[in-house]
Amino acid sequence: MLSFPTIPPDRPESKAGCEKPGRTHYPDSVELLASPAVRVGLSVAVATGLYGISFGALSAASGLSLAQTAALSLLMFSGGSQFAFIGVVAGGGSGLSALSAAALLGLRNGVYGMQLNFLLRPRGWRKAAAAQLTIDESVATATAQSELLEAKRGFWTAGIGVFVLWNVFTLVGALLGGAVGDPRQWGLDGAAVAAFLGLLWPRLRSREAGAIAVACAVVTVVAVPLAPPGVPILCAAVVAAVLGLRRTPPRPPEAAADRRPDPQPGLNGGA
Amino acid sequence: MVLWSWILAAGFVSFATKLAGYLVPARILGNPRMLRAAGALTVGLLTSLTVVTTVSSGSVLVPDARLAAAAAAAVALWLRAPFLVVVAAGALAAAAARMAGLP
Repeated sequence: MLSFPTIPPDRPESKAGCEKPGRTHYPDSVELLASPAVRVGLSVAVATGLYGISFGALSAASGLSLAQTAALSLLMFSGGSQFAFIGVVAGGGSGLSALSAAALLGLRNGVYGMQLNFLLRPRGWRKAAAAQLTIDESVATATAQSELLEAKRGFWTAGIGVFVLWNVFTLVGALLGGAVGDPRQWGLDGAAVAAFLGLLWPRLRSREAGAIAVACAVVTVVAVPLAPPGVPILCAAVVAAVLGLRRTPPRPPEAAADRRPDPQPGLNGGA
Repeated sequence: MVLWSWILAAGFVSFATKLAGYLVPARILGNPRMLRAAGALTVGLLTSLTVVTTVSSGSVLVPDARLAAAAAAAVALWLRAPFLVVVAAGALAAAAARMAGLP
């Protein structure tokens, strides 16, 4: 089934932390660590965060100062865009072309933001915090969950975890330079591959999802040599959205009518 | 100094792009048809991310040790291994494949 995490009927967590902070249930660490989404988020954070070493080292080698390197990881916080930015700078490109390359690569984060806003509905300052933490890994962790609470835990764990470790290891890489070696040597790029496959896997149960995955894989492979990095993912996103919009499943009319009076149009539409 | 201003501008553009997505009203996506599209989008994005991290290097398709990582992860997933084991299997397979001489 192509479904977003479903909201439990009473949405117990929707009130938490809003009107009645005194009654908010704060799960303790044991409870949190028992959450599959938190554990997935932590593994993703370690695998991705360590990659900050290569960014830091490469950025320093490109001629950026320690402060400039740290600023990129703190402010831009999107691995692909950061590598693109320093790549253009190292190649002698202008600041404008470095910014454009990074911005193009970061466009998918806008699509992610739309999806996460719908899924997690953050409010107030949390919206801005969630926006800054919106990257491939946090989105993948959140959307791979089948319950809303788990999706939230997964997003914040992966987002904050990657943010902290990515910035720490950026500094480590910038200070140590090439001395720590290539993370690929330790198979860290293989860890990233496995993490994304592991997040995709549970979503491939239906034939429809399988068909969409195959179509998107083909589009991505075809687009990689033709388009700038980052754009193939956008192409796949467009293809997936179009396929999702077109394939209208046979649905009894009363089931569709039932949804309309729902005061909070649910996330359970695909269920 | 000039580079600094481009770094700050690029950081702002990155954040603004992310935030723009959050400013799309959620209710626009709240009908069953859009939900199906969003579900499909998730599958499409995860698939594309998996493919990109497995076979691409910049704008070039590079078959290398990461394919071994994908295969090992698939086997682990097939055996219903926990997520952490899947990630570790991917890392070990890539590291082993490189030691065996793959790029």
